[in-house]
Amino acid sequence: MSETVKHSLMFAFVGVLIILDGTTSFGIFAGSWNSALGILNMGLVSAIMALGVNLQWGFAGLFNVGIMGFTALGGLAVVLVSSSPTPGAWSQGGIGIIMALILGALTVVAAVFITKNMTKGKPRVLALTALLIAGFFAYRAVFDPAVSGVEAINPALYGSLGGLGLPVLLAWPAGGLLAAGAAWLIGKTALGLRSDYLAIATLGIAEIIIAIMKNEDWLSRGVKNVVGLPRPMRKEIVLQEDPGFLDTAASLGLDPVVASTLYVKITYSLLFTVVLLALLWMAQMGLKSPWGRMMRAIRDNEVAAEAMGKNVTRRHLQIFVLGSAICGVAGAMMTTLDGQLTPGTYNPLRFTFLIWVMVVVGGSGNNFGAVLGGIFIWFFWIKVEPMGAGLINFVTYGLADDSALKLHLLDSTAHMRLFTMGLILLLVLRFSPRGLIPEK
Amino acid sequence: MDLLNALVALTNYVMIPAVAYGSQLALGALGVTMIYAVLRFSNFAHGDTMAFGTMVTILITWWLQSMGINLGPLPTALLALPFGILGCMALMLFTDRVVYRFYREQKAKPVIFVMVSLGVMFMMNGLVRFIIGPGDQRFSDGERFIVSARDFKAMTGLREGLAFKTSQGITIITAVVVVAALFWFLNRTRTGKSMRAYSDNEDLALLSGINPERVVMYTWMIVAGLATIAGVLYGLDKSFKPFTYFQLLLPIFAAAIVGGLGNPIGAIAGGFVIAFSEVSITYAWKKILRYLMPENLEPDGLVQLLSTDYKFAVSFVILLIVLLFKPTGLFKGKSV
Repeated sequence: MSETVKHSLMFAFVGVLIILDGTTSFGIFAGSWNSALGILNMGLVSAIMALGVNLQWGFAGLFNVGIMGFTALGGLAVVLVSSSPTPGAWSQGGIGIIMALILGALTVVAAVFITKNMTKGKPRVLALTALLIAGFFAYRAVFDPAVSGVEAINPALYGSLGGLGLPVLLAWPAGGLLAAGAAWLIGKTALGLRSDYLAIATLGIAEIIIAIMKNEDWLSRGVKNVVGLPRPMRKEIVLQEDPGFLDTAASLGLDPVVASTLYVKITYSLLFTVVLLALLWMAQMGLKSPWGRMMRAIRDNEVAAEAMGKNVTRRHLQIFVLGSAICGVAGAMMTTLDGQLTPGTYNPLRFTFLIWVMVVVGGSGNNFGAVLGGIFIWFFWIKVEPMGAGLINFVTYGLADDSALKLHLLDSTAHMRLFTMGLILLLVLRFSPRGLIPEK
Repeated sequence: MDLLNALVALTNYVMIPAVAYGSQLALGALGVTMIYAVLRFSNFAHGDTMAFGTMVTILITWWLQSMGINLGPLPTALLALPFGILGCMALMLFTDRVVYRFYREQKAKPVIFVMVSLGVMFMMNGLVRFIIGPGDQRFSDGERFIVSARDFKAMTGLREGLAFKTSQGITIITAVVVVAALFWFLNRTRTGKSMRAYSDNEDLALLSGINPERVVMYTWMIVAGLATIAGVLYGLDKSFKPFTYFQLLLPIFAAAIVGGLGNPIGAIAGGFVIAFSEVSITYAWKKILRYLMPENLEPDGLVQLLSTDYKFAVSFVILLIVLLFKPTGLFKGKSV
């Protein structure tokens, strides 16, 4: 069997799994198209994230442990770009916040300027310290009243700046830009040093991005969440009142409620597929181009590539920013799909580690592998909990229903996910490090 | 008098907590740095190793408590600690045997080790949550305070109280003892010397007949000991929660890197640098300034530089600064 046929069969297998989930309720399958399309949509988003991580890891060998942070920044972009502006927020302090942020940025720029242009020694240290302290207090003096002004506006409904009210599709590239900015900052400091340092720095930035999103209420309402984000298509309720739509649904023999949810989900699937295909095409073209060859040459032997006159650190920075931007786009798409931004739900297991499992299982260094891994592992991830519960019920078959051990085990099935995913990663790394679709 | 009050408040709210937290971080960072020195990778599973050792200790503490055994004024956990260390050592040696040894033989790149340790981290995390649950566990008993705030006030007649918790006292004493023992081991014993030799130059060490597997085994055992002690002390001082231990990874890494990865003295110094910055930047200085400033200059706000929600940002910023200006750390570490 040729490689291409084998790989197409793998994709077909995942397709069949999703179709089975839509059609039959045997075993782990849900038997509803709603659930099947839900899995497919998140699978597509996961595939895009995996594509971004594959760019960093598969092409360049960069270990990014902060995917969660870049995804969350994408979600933040949706709120900032597409939610409607809070009435009065700009006059109550929005401008003050922007001024404070500019002031903070200017302080940092001035600090960099001093570091670069003064000779080493006591005067430089003194000047830097004085500048940073003055800058910090000036920043706080402008920032604090502005923030309390914004947060005081009807906190139960708004209490944040709100967004620009632009179409939600614009938020997707904006999410990519935000993530790229954060990645540039991290890459600039940690790249060019040992590979471990990038991992540690990305781990840190992800935690901090989440902390900021949870605590800065003026930005995105913090843990009060932003709900009801706009959508790129009509809402279910609107559809159910549209006579044209109702007629079409009736002619297909579908219940209007079911038809409207399916319509929304299928539209998302199509949109996501378009984005995925576009990114996949770009990644494939990149991989084949001289640029991609250079990247792999750097990955395989940094010293040799440097000897050939390649600036390894700059190239690493470039691909790190690109990969993170893709994660940001995917994060924005995911928040659009959810229709809400809930900073409390971001956890590293789901948003960093799972993506890694997808890339490694799918085949690092191969874009199709990343896509396959993304959709397949997402399916598995959704289904591992019913599987775990079934397994524990089976193992504890002989125990009484109210035995403490059985109850404890059943309570803990949720944590099986952590364990199973860790196990899968270790097994694949050990026994099949090239993944399902290996790099050519 | 005001100066004295300010000094007492400073000791109570900043110095003592920072010293205790710094000792815990230093012990954790020592573990990370040892792994780095001998096995040459950053162990992401370290936070969860701490959680595992602490969990075993907690389970045995509960068992001892149910048997009616306790240490009087001291927490029972101290009695259970050796068993926790043994349990953690067993897990470490098992992980090394089934996971890391394969990659060592392959001479895999450090980044592969880091990735594998990430997998180990999630398995351990799952295991801990599976056994003890994700919630908060308190397991300290015995006397709560060595000096309580009220006694101190009665004793001195000052307006500010000074509380010194038993857990803080135990943390500081244990840390000093453990660090002294570790340095004695590394500098005086044959095994310790062979570990340092292996860490300095692997090829030379192999040539002089040092058994690498033995060195690695001892390293894991020491790391298990350090991690469990650090974890139990942190748990006694605050409380045990699996997710908090995972989050401790960031300050611990920051401490190890600030001091210089692979350098034990650096790890200790780094632990205190991180702890003092974290506590002093997130502390509301109003209380202390009120004593020091003339009345008309009293600050209105809390004079808190950063809210405590951002305490991890402090270690992160310090980490970034060190990476930017001195990537080998304050004390010369191994890496660039």
